[in-house]
Amino acid sequence: MSEVFETYVEVNGLPCRVWEKGEGRKLFYLPGVTGLPRWTPFLDKLAETRRVVAPSLPGYPGAEGHDLLDSHLDWIVAALDLLAAAGADGGEPIDLVGASIGGSFAAEIAAICPALVRRLVLIAPFGLYDADAPPADIWAQRPGAAPAVLCRDSATFNAFTAPPDGADPGEWSIIMTRAAEATARVLWPLGDTRLIRRLHRIAADTLVVWGDEDKVLAPSYAEHFGHEITARAAVALIPGAGHLADLDSPELAAQFVAGFVNQG
Amino acid sequence: MKFCWFHLMPYTKLPDDFREKYPSVWVDIPRSLFDPALANQMYNDFMDELEFADQVGFDAICVNEHHSNGYGLMPSPNLIAASLARRTTNAAICVMGNSLALYNPPTRVAEEMAMIDCISGGRLIAGFPVGTPWDTSYCYGQNPSQLRARYREAHDLVVQAWTREETFAFNGRYNQQRYVNIWPQPVQKPRPPIWIPGGGSVETWQWCAEMDYVYAYLSYFGYQMGRETMRGFWGEMDKLGKDRNPYRAAFLQFVGVAETKEEAMKRYKEPAEYFFLRCLHVDPKYASPPGYVTEATMRAKMASMAQAAAGGARPQAGFAPLTFEEMVEKGYVIIGSPDEVAEKLREVATELNVGHLMLLLQFGNMGKDVTNENSRLFAEKVAPQLKGLFDDKWEDRWWPKPLARQDRAVPAAPFQHPLASGGLRAAE
Repeated sequence: MSEVFETYVEVNGLPCRVWEKGEGRKLFYLPGVTGLPRWTPFLDKLAETRRVVAPSLPGYPGAEGHDLLDSHLDWIVAALDLLAAAGADGGEPIDLVGASIGGSFAAEIAAICPALVRRLVLIAPFGLYDADAPPADIWAQRPGAAPAVLCRDSATFNAFTAPPDGADPGEWSIIMTRAAEATARVLWPLGDTRLIRRLHRIAADTLVVWGDEDKVLAPSYAEHFGHEITARAAVALIPGAGHLADLDSPELAAQFVAGFVNQG
Repeated sequence: MKFCWFHLMPYTKLPDDFREKYPSVWVDIPRSLFDPALANQMYNDFMDELEFADQVGFDAICVNEHHSNGYGLMPSPNLIAASLARRTTNAAICVMGNSLALYNPPTRVAEEMAMIDCISGGRLIAGFPVGTPWDTSYCYGQNPSQLRARYREAHDLVVQAWTREETFAFNGRYNQQRYVNIWPQPVQKPRPPIWIPGGGSVETWQWCAEMDYVYAYLSYFGYQMGRETMRGFWGEMDKLGKDRNPYRAAFLQFVGVAETKEEAMKRYKEPAEYFFLRCLHVDPKYASPPGYVTEATMRAKMASMAQAAAGGARPQAGFAPLTFEEMVEKGYVIIGSPDEVAEKLREVATELNVGHLMLLLQFGNMGKDVTNENSRLFAEKVAPQLKGLFDDKWEDRWWPKPLARQDRAVPAAPFQHPLASGGLRAAE
């Protein structure tokens, strides 16, 4: 399987896109605040050794139904249903990578269903709130300023979220706004999902990855996560990377992730 | 034709260099700029002005809700309305309004508005805005993706709380109450008239038509910019088979009257500049919490922009700093002698087909004397020229139905008990 393979599964009766690429044991990936508008070099790199499965949560590109989900429990159940439909059906424990908001869902899943997850990678996950270093307000940015808050280079973010070939620019802008809305629906206003109450339940070996130039969630959160997760947890910083670290530094991020999930 | 005197209650002492020095009049306006001792004067002046408007015969006096806002000092319009209910006798009291999604439980709104309706003898107009993104999502932390659904549900709950005969349980998506049974209940039956302040969204127009509510377009940019929106509104009413009763609509307009145009231009220049340059200085970073604008509205906006571009017209730019002369020319502010203002307002009301004119006769840092003179001139020399417009043909079905005057309570004048002059006060 050398190309990205697209299927759709249902969550709450509505379609959610699943992208897959590569061979071998499945490696699940939950993307960041924009969802996955296009396949990325980071995922390509992981697909060299694993079958990467990237399902879209409701509201993100390729998936509908964010407006059916009100409480955080609704969202977590939707994420569990989505993973199950995409192949994480409890047969064997999965390896799960989540970035940004996807990282907060990955952590929730590993905490609520400890037996479901074998290896857990959290790339700058949301979910905690440190009063000394509150998360940046990603929804209060002047026009054009958000990309440089989310990525080291605005150009990286803009290329990632640009309309795909043949897409109607107006409809595409609605799709990207919808993804931002889905994120806001989960994280508004402070990004604190009370995840801190559940992190101790995580049983999987965990790698916490953080860009050391993250302008959304300060790298001090990496230590906080490492501290709260009582299972075996390691922290890896990526020099020069921003919040969407796997977009900013795909090679290094993939190296960390592959090294961790493929060992032993 | 109805004349509704509208107060925003702007803080009138923002510094001259506010625009240069501070990023925003809203959300994170510095607390250091607020002087409570000055606010003591301002609130009392503002309430005097509203009471004066009642005395000179305006049909309604209007208050509204804003939070963390240098041009709107009414986080709770209900407090002001309660005081107005006691100190005025004639005018309808238009609370324009309470942002329903912000109240938990929303029955609080039903209760407070019922209190105002009782105190005023049935003079309340109940306004229910969704609320701006600044007030709701940024200042009150309300989730922009849930705001509209919460608003609609809160509306249902409030209306049921006013109209159902028995205590009931409400099991909503966002609100659960075992016992809904508000005491007091409104004087007006089945309920006070409901007005919906809104932007230009088709969904709001459709909802107003379906529910038979007044649609109030509260733009600060006057009749020229409002023309398209009101045309859209009436087009939608046609489509839905509703009549063109102008009382289905309300429209906001800044007005400054003086004996002559020249005098008016002199008198209102500073307050207008103060409002448009200082009070509307809002940091663009707070503009668009995702989910606040519905996808249908986004599509409609894109379509109208594409249409405008195809027709050679430029899409309307956002607010840019203007000179006072430009503000007048563009119609943000209607300035002139009584005859000129009356003529212009007749044109506005007729062209936009609006029966309820919401008039901002105090704006910016306008002081009480100038404001009251503006109100007096309007009431004595402008309003009579327009009185009766539309009334030969249309009935205002959206106006309060108070108790008969002889049945209404008359608040006592402030009473000084003869024995109360000594005691603890004597030592002060």
